[in-house]
Amino acid sequence: MVVAGEVLQSGSSQELHVLAVDDSYVDRKVIEKLLKISSCQVTAVESGARALQFLGLDGEKGSVGFNGLKVNLIMTDYSMPGMTGYELLKKIKRSAAFREIPVVIMSSENILTRIDSCLEEGAEEFLVKPVKLSDIKRLMEDCVTRGETEEQEGRRVHKRKLEDDNLNSSSSSPLSSSPSTTASFGCDISIPELLSSPPHPSKRAKLHDGD
Amino acid sequence: MDVVNQMQRQFVDYSTSLHREGILDDQFTQLQKLQDENSPDFVVEVASLFFEDCEKLINNMARALEQQGVDFKQVDASVHQLKGSSSSIGAVQVKNVCIAFRSFCEAQNREGCLRCLQQVTHEYSLLKNKLQTLFRLEQQILAAGGSIPVIE
Repeated sequence: MVVAGEVLQSGSSQELHVLAVDDSYVDRKVIEKLLKISSCQVTAVESGARALQFLGLDGEKGSVGFNGLKVNLIMTDYSMPGMTGYELLKKIKRSAAFREIPVVIMSSENILTRIDSCLEEGAEEFLVKPVKLSDIKRLMEDCVTRGETEEQEGRRVHKRKLEDDNLNSSSSSPLSSSPSTTASFGCDISIPELLSSPPHPSKRAKLHDGD
Repeated sequence: MDVVNQMQRQFVDYSTSLHREGILDDQFTQLQKLQDENSPDFVVEVASLFFEDCEKLINNMARALEQQGVDFKQVDASVHQLKGSSSSIGAVQVKNVCIAFRSFCEAQNREGCLRCLQQVTHEYSLLKNKLQTLFRLEQQILAAGGSIPVIE
């Protein structure tokens, strides 16, 4: 059992505490294992409401589960009944206490507009399910080097907004019908702006699996 | 250790055939790789959760499709969930039926949905049987003092 103080002080990627949010039992179990194997502390909850409760953001004092253990990363499924991952993301980014926590969205659907809205709301990454160990490993590296990327993230979000203006005329999202879990629209579609390398490469939306 | 070797070979052959027949995909192999001494029953546990999920969702779909006025959004929601779980465990046949199923939901085609429901039930039963056989083979190897071969 790790004492709260130790988690706060360690600073290494070894003891990251991740809050995983997913309404699917199967997915929760898998993500929990992926994170534990990557030496993370994991708290897995089944809904956005429970996640907010855990963080103490639901307005109630002394909420269930919040024991002072700092959350270093939030990974949430996009499609959930009640509160979607997107809505959860917004609530977190709009809270003074928790907006600094990186939020990663996971989705089985590779929809461009969805990816864009999540990134624009401040999501760290958008992972296409099923999530693999290599995805988690990359996230762990990103979290450790998070500090210096704040500035770059601001630039990246701004860049995406500009890209949107350029894309408006051409995007008709045939991509959303792709059933394959390997993001098949990677390099085939001619949307050069989307694939141009952002300031911090690992922060771009995860369009490919198995880099 | 001849018996163990034989069992191990049987396990590898069976596992390979499940992939070759397109019943399981690489995601299942990924899950097998995650199993370790800290969670020796990880794959079995995930599979059990998946089977429970399947049964619950298939029942939901059946009930929804029985209604006079079918709520296709509700059916679709269940199919979407099943598609997600099956994708997470590598149950590719089940997942593929779900994809077709969703199109019928979108088209509000009751007949098409019912056919898919039948298909998904069939694929789920098939998968469940095959996985139970696979897990049995694993148990036999372990009981005989051998280790489960890693399939690349």
